[in-house]
Amino acid sequence: MKDHLGVRVGLTILPIVLSLAITAVIIVLVGADPIAVFNAVMQGAFRNTNSFSGVINFWMPLALCSMGLIVTFTAGLWNIGVEGQMAMGAIAASWAARTFVMPSEVLIPIEIVIAMLAGSAWALLVGILKTKLGVHEIFGGVALNSLANVYAIYLIAGPWQPPEGGSAQSTAPFPDYSLLPPVSTEFPFSLLMLVIVAVAILVVVLALRGTRWGLQLKATGKNARSALLLGVPTTQSAVTALMVCGALAGIAGAYRVLFTYESLRPFASGGIGFLGLLVVLLAANRALLVPLVGFAVAAVFTGSTRLRVALQLDTSLAGVLQGLLVLCVLLVNGLRTRLSENRPQAAPLAQPAAYETRTPTTTLDMLAAHARDDKADDSVTASTPESPKEGQA
Amino acid sequence: MDIELRSISKRFGTVQANDSISLTVHSGRIIGVLGENGAGKSTLMKILAGYQPADSGDIVLDGKRAHYVTPQDAIAAGVGMLQQDPLDIAPFTVIENFIYGRPGGFFVGRRAAAKQLSELSRRFGFELEPEMPVASLTIGQRQQLEIVRLLALGVKTLILDEPTTGISAEQKHLLFEALRELAQHDKMSVLLVSHKLEDVIALCDEVIVLRAGKVVGAAQMPTTTDQLVGLMFGQVLTPHQRPPVAIGEAVAQMDQVTLRGRRVTVEHFSMRVQAGEVIGLAGLDGSGQELVLRACAGLVKPSRGSIHVGGKVMTGKSYREYLRAGVAFSAAGRLEEGLISGMTLTEHIALASTQGALIQWGAARDLTAAQISQYNVRGKPSDEIQQLSGGNQQRVLMALMPQKPLLMALEQPTRGLDVDSARWIWTQLLARRENGTAIIFTSPDLDELVAYSDRIFVAFAGQVREIQVTQAAHEHPDALIDRLGRAIGGDFGDAAIIAGEAR
Repeated sequence: MKDHLGVRVGLTILPIVLSLAITAVIIVLVGADPIAVFNAVMQGAFRNTNSFSGVINFWMPLALCSMGLIVTFTAGLWNIGVEGQMAMGAIAASWAARTFVMPSEVLIPIEIVIAMLAGSAWALLVGILKTKLGVHEIFGGVALNSLANVYAIYLIAGPWQPPEGGSAQSTAPFPDYSLLPPVSTEFPFSLLMLVIVAVAILVVVLALRGTRWGLQLKATGKNARSALLLGVPTTQSAVTALMVCGALAGIAGAYRVLFTYESLRPFASGGIGFLGLLVVLLAANRALLVPLVGFAVAAVFTGSTRLRVALQLDTSLAGVLQGLLVLCVLLVNGLRTRLSENRPQAAPLAQPAAYETRTPTTTLDMLAAHARDDKADDSVTASTPESPKEGQA
Repeated sequence: MDIELRSISKRFGTVQANDSISLTVHSGRIIGVLGENGAGKSTLMKILAGYQPADSGDIVLDGKRAHYVTPQDAIAAGVGMLQQDPLDIAPFTVIENFIYGRPGGFFVGRRAAAKQLSELSRRFGFELEPEMPVASLTIGQRQQLEIVRLLALGVKTLILDEPTTGISAEQKHLLFEALRELAQHDKMSVLLVSHKLEDVIALCDEVIVLRAGKVVGAAQMPTTTDQLVGLMFGQVLTPHQRPPVAIGEAVAQMDQVTLRGRRVTVEHFSMRVQAGEVIGLAGLDGSGQELVLRACAGLVKPSRGSIHVGGKVMTGKSYREYLRAGVAFSAAGRLEEGLISGMTLTEHIALASTQGALIQWGAARDLTAAQISQYNVRGKPSDEIQQLSGGNQQRVLMALMPQKPLLMALEQPTRGLDVDSARWIWTQLLARRENGTAIIFTSPDLDELVAYSDRIFVAFAGQVREIQVTQAAHEHPDALIDRLGRAIGGDFGDAAIIAGEAR
């Protein structure tokens, strides 16, 4: 089903416009001025280099998770477990930071590689549950998210408790040599991470477009049964897609603890993984759009922390906007499906039983599954990121 | 019900599927709708049945203009369509399927519905147990259920799309009797879309022929197959010649295998397939022939016995290992098992042909263009596969298969194809035998089995036996077709059992 470019762009922008309009109405209803709110958010994001670096610091892990999710979505998988993969990356990087005493130039690559391996291993578990034991990746992912988060809390409250006594708020700050250095105090963000993000975006885009692996993922995602019969190793496709996503999420987790917090905290991911799902949905699974959409989302979420200071409004307005966005994306997708129903389709044939991997068959299935999960996500994502570096500014 | 279609047009992208079609059907008539694949038959029928709207034109029912946007609206207006694959709900029982979709209140009159179901079944001689799960019915029974369901909803026009594919001779007889009775007694209009000309001749009062979205001909009965073929293709087809090919060594072998399916189990089955041979597997849907075919490609694993391909033990190996050993498989459901909706022809070719890690898109596009001309596909490299007609999809599937496999296992290779496309596919298949490729295929079409097979096996309720094919049978197929017809119904006869054990 190919749409005209205009229609495609329209259908991408429509949910954003719709949700902004409804948010504006809600703002008016609570007695505030939408324009002032918009200005405050823009100020929160872009008023100086310090606030702008807050946006970048939020955007980088978000972009990593989103690019990973592009890979899993291409393979037809809802990797809701991306949060847990981030958490395991954060835990692994924390372990390395606490354990090794080495110069930064050696330690930082080790921390990042270990975080990638941990995120990847956590994703591999989702893959094994799915392909070998028939557990849907959404359920496996949700369960492993909880386990990862509980494990982090256990470490903070138990073995990794700060010497001055455990408040279960965070571990003791990591030594300086283990942390990612900021570019400058006026513009605090990590240049190394920016390079890693750029490389990740490039590699994912090229791998999906130009490699056999990418094409096999696409085939598996669109019709795993046909792909298998055409000779695609579908189990391997699904598992490697999850592992790549897990590795990217692991780096994102490492960045949260090695730069943003400088220590391990409970829920260090800050809901960025879930937000990544929204970014990919908004970008309609187009890899090149993801960094841009991710940047807009990062700006709104970082900027809305300013609302309390400027307008005495709760920062959860960003969460309201997020919820509306999800709804509007689903609505517009439903509309698109309605429109495409008027096109010729082959008569469905009874599906045979033996599937190697089970994937949601239609976009609608996937969206419905997401809609169900989204309720669960909101509690986490609505609590907007509080980055200490941003907060101090 | 009198139906009048006025200037119905429908366009899909660049294809004008229906081009200002006007047509009148009087009540009590049975009309055959003929045409090759992609002629616009299904589109027109789906418009009439409310599955999709026309771009322009009117539907007039009993003198009144009808407006509907869903199949439910069409049923309310009196038009019901029986799809090729009945749209029932498998986990439901017969009676539950009979009840769903009814207008009315929240509470279901189950008892009244059961009475209506049994009355309708009795009238037409259908055997429909109310509490049977639909999953355990044959295609023929599911079709009967769908007919009585539509009748109970008050439909006055029935549209049937390829209703005789995959049903037994007995069920076909019942179906035709029921349709005649409905036309003559109830004054219903019946529209029959079919590729089987002998069915159309046996049942219809008149036929219309579509080509490239237009009505190009019509005929009153009685008429002959040749006349109809002439109307459809503008030429009369001669019987297909099978160039003789030397039969070589065994390429695949099953010894005493037991294959468990959902409905039937095939036990202690043995078969040898030799190079250059064509083996036909006959049987009603779900009789066990699919299990044998899929076991040849490793898609069904035997619980007992052994399978060899090309001299190697393949028992219990995966499909991919069978593929590597030289087995090519294609399934009946092309877009469900084989091709990938949403991917272009080039992407399919690249997927099947790329060996290294990187894809050379330029080379893949050139290869696709070459394959398109070699396999005579109507489509562009950048077309998505689902945009092609069934015949062209089958051609693409052929292009995706390995060039010189040891064995091709084909499930209904000409399913839903018109005579012309089916012949083209078989010409290609028969030519591959010259490289020593053996072919094993299933088909619901006895003519096709007799025309192309060197040996034929018939499955009935899990028993699979060989029916002897003599040289004379190819020249005078009627006796053999008759034998096969009885065998798929379970009447193997003495000779068949001996033949089956001889191998």
